[in-house]
Amino acid sequence: MSKRDPILMPDNTVILAKDLTKMYGDFTAVDHISFEIKKGEIFGFLGANGAGKTTAMRMLCGLSKSTSGQAWVAGYDINRQSEYIKRRIGYMSQKFALYEDLEVWENIRMYAGIYGVPDREIAPRTDELLHRLGFESEKKTLVKSLPLGWKQKLSFSVAIFHNPSIVFLDEPTGGVDPATRRQFWELIYQAADRGITVFVTTHYMDEAEYCDRVSIMVDGRIDALDSPGNLKKAFNAKNMDEVFHQLARGARRKA
Amino acid sequence: MKNPQLHKARANWTFFMAFVRKEFHHIFRDRTSILILLVMPILMLVLFGYALNTEVKNSKIAVYDPSRDVVTRAMVEKLQINNYFMLKKVLNNASEAEKAFQSGEVSMVIVFSENFYENLLHGGYAQIQLLADGSDPNTASIITTYATTILSSYQMELMKTGKIPYLITPEIKLLYNPSMVAAYNFVPGVMGMILLLICAMMTSVSITREKERGTMEVLLVSPMKPLYVILSKAVPYFFLSLVNLATILIISYFIMHVPIAGSLFWLLVISLVYIFVCLSLGLLISTVVETQMAAMIISAMGLMMPVMLMSGMMFPIENMPVYVRWISEIIPARWYIEAIRKLMIKGLGFSAIIQELSVLVGMGIVLIAISLRKFKIRLE
Amino acid sequence: MILKYLVEKEFKQLLRNPIIPKFIFAFPFFALLILPMAANFEVKDLNVCVVDNNRSTYSERLVHQVTASGYFRLSKVAGTYQEALKSVDKDESDIILIVPPQFEQDLIREQEARVMILPNAVNGIKGGLGSAYLASIVSDFNRDIRAELIPAGQTAKLSGIDVTRIFKFNPKLKYKFFMVPAIMVMLLSIITGFLPAFNIVAEKEAGTIEQLNVTPASKFYLIVAKLIPFWTIGFVVLNICFGVAWLFYGMLPAGSVLTIYLFAVVFVLAFSGLGLVISNYANTIQQAVFLIFFCIITFIFMSGMYTPVDNMPQWAQYISDISPLKYFIQVMRLVYLKGSATAELVQPMLALLGFALVFNSWAVLSYRKSN
Repeated sequence: MSKRDPILMPDNTVILAKDLTKMYGDFTAVDHISFEIKKGEIFGFLGANGAGKTTAMRMLCGLSKSTSGQAWVAGYDINRQSEYIKRRIGYMSQKFALYEDLEVWENIRMYAGIYGVPDREIAPRTDELLHRLGFESEKKTLVKSLPLGWKQKLSFSVAIFHNPSIVFLDEPTGGVDPATRRQFWELIYQAADRGITVFVTTHYMDEAEYCDRVSIMVDGRIDALDSPGNLKKAFNAKNMDEVFHQLARGARRKA
Repeated sequence: MKNPQLHKARANWTFFMAFVRKEFHHIFRDRTSILILLVMPILMLVLFGYALNTEVKNSKIAVYDPSRDVVTRAMVEKLQINNYFMLKKVLNNASEAEKAFQSGEVSMVIVFSENFYENLLHGGYAQIQLLADGSDPNTASIITTYATTILSSYQMELMKTGKIPYLITPEIKLLYNPSMVAAYNFVPGVMGMILLLICAMMTSVSITREKERGTMEVLLVSPMKPLYVILSKAVPYFFLSLVNLATILIISYFIMHVPIAGSLFWLLVISLVYIFVCLSLGLLISTVVETQMAAMIISAMGLMMPVMLMSGMMFPIENMPVYVRWISEIIPARWYIEAIRKLMIKGLGFSAIIQELSVLVGMGIVLIAISLRKFKIRLE
Repeated sequence: MILKYLVEKEFKQLLRNPIIPKFIFAFPFFALLILPMAANFEVKDLNVCVVDNNRSTYSERLVHQVTASGYFRLSKVAGTYQEALKSVDKDESDIILIVPPQFEQDLIREQEARVMILPNAVNGIKGGLGSAYLASIVSDFNRDIRAELIPAGQTAKLSGIDVTRIFKFNPKLKYKFFMVPAIMVMLLSIITGFLPAFNIVAEKEAGTIEQLNVTPASKFYLIVAKLIPFWTIGFVVLNICFGVAWLFYGMLPAGSVLTIYLFAVVFVLAFSGLGLVISNYANTIQQAVFLIFFCIITFIFMSGMYTPVDNMPQWAQYISDISPLKYFIQVMRLVYLKGSATAELVQPMLALLGFALVFNSWAVLSYRKSN
């Protein structure tokens, strides 16, 4: 089997992690985490700052290599086929979103082109996207002039423009009011309905409720993994906040 | 209530010092920059003092000598005395000269005519051609003159019986007297440039960096007046420039033996004024630009370059066309460098630098006024 | 394919930058038009100190001719050699002319006399040219005297060694022919080496350089995409320089423009490699400024652009050997003035290729280390 081929994954699994571990010297940032994520799922990846979320996500995105353990994203091995992973995923973070000094359509065009969307499709699909978001008037606006909520929605749309199988969102909704966050999550639902798997980290516990399943990382380990409903029952909690607090109380690492 | 004014003033001072301390930390954390900042004056002194000089020595020459007799050989010997010239190549025919020039191996080719000594003795006439590479006009001019003079004086020795009537021979002796302080004209230039670099460029870049990062606003909402925020940024660079000034003076005086012939006191006074002018320039630039890169480019193009060119550091001001000289008059560095030259090298006193001092003070006041106004406007 | 979109982005960002395009446009004109005029070593108004120990009609006439020549200003009349030396010491005078006590008498009776010219050679240009001018004034004076003293008709054949000077490639000794090619190279190095370095470091500082790490765009394409706009601009500026050189200075290359293009390509490759090296070591713009300043000093100043390499002490000459500019300037001057054949260009080409190899390898290695 050549390097290019993805492995065949069992029944619709898009992300598979087995004892994934990352160590920096003696320090274990990510401690043998394992999970399976299915196509179209909205998976919340929770944990305090410093718990290891970002490190784990970076490995899944092909940005860093694991120390031990394995993982496959969209059928590709994160250690050996990271370049192929990058083509099949989308990514959005608060810090790295769009280029502020480019116009809206220019950003879309660039990312679309990099991800291999055929040139002749880019312009029409751009117009269509802007229409759907209600952004048509801002097509030629510099991104830095957009309000934060719009930037976020736009970033997300750009991240899935090339129809990736999975989109990774790193704290995507910081700094906006709950109503705007709610609108953002509408977009996430729409994407999930289209079959895009959404892997999202957040520290807003109400957002945890919007996910199909969540995992909670503490000190590099996954200490809980289930649907929000089940977790609340298991921990006898009214909401995810309480669940989180119960787990976090035992944590040694704080940011 | 005991003196609320005093209390407020003291509170302001504490804040101010806290900011200054923060700025110092910022700068010192960047070890590489500090190192370079302190090494740079030394580097420049070495460069301008030793490497970039205009003494013409060791020019490479080639010789085509079909005669190869006593006289021609003696002449070639004579040329190489005193290191004016260095014989690099002996050519076998005249056409090789072209190649020697093309390859840049030599600056001059000396071509003797055939049967040189014989012709001279019996016919009283012989020819030497000096082919010089004109692409460097100055060197070409100089080395041909040197060569001509050396050859002529040798000729005088040869023909002791004055066959040429009424001949006036100029004897050229080059003065390389080590006590010549004219050699150190670049030191004031280096001082002017370094202070400009630190106080104008670095300060403006530093202030602009806060702007870029957006942390400027955080500082501005602090209980301290915005002006003091800016001043706190200038303070560390002020100290750094003093350190560099001292370094330059120490090295020039003790190691390069440049005299400080005039008053050290006035030297320091005018340096402080100049530093003040440069800091104002830095502030002004920072009110005009948005990004660090812009601050840096404007400082480099608008300040450093003109200073390098028109301050008289590298090229003599006297030679420049009039309008260029006018432009040089609005460059503060030019006045400072002139004053330092007068103080340090010519050993003159306060009375000689009154004009420069007043110009610099005037510039400082105008600049600080403009920058403050601009700064206030930007705040609103 | 990906490269196309990256290059588009880089161009757009560059052109939208408030400062850089203006700088790129203005600087070449400034450099080509103002620099040669400021960087002018022609000598005028030299200060001459005269020690006239003869005080005769002839000596006074000679001195008068010197001061009337327009080249010299009489800064001081000294009584002794020592006094004159002091005047030079204090930088009051640039050159000393000494007329010995028996000047007129020697000339008339012995038919030969001497004068002494002592230039301050520390400023080699002033000293050398000063003595040249002074010597030629003496020689003119000599000719006049001789014509007066020798009865008409008796034209003694001026025998002796006839030394003629021929200035190749630049017969009129125009300084701009020296400066302009060098300035073109300097511009190219700034645009293709230093500006990209700043650009990359600015992004490093802002953190946006990591932005595309997660996309399928490879780091190699990212860097090349950053360089391409500057290469393009460099090429355009080079051609503008050709135009300006022709328009304002009447300079046309004696050799082939294609040669220049060829060398420019290799030079740009080498120099942007250097820019990349700088961008790997500098984490903030401040550090970049210093590193670049350092490079400007070593690579530009020591390349022989303003002051000839031959004049530098040995250790400085070694440093100039590692400056890519030195070789390209050599080639530029060669092609513009001397119209060189290929053979002479081999060595500089090899040198430049070597630089390209070294700098780019260094860039790759230092990049890997920092990541």
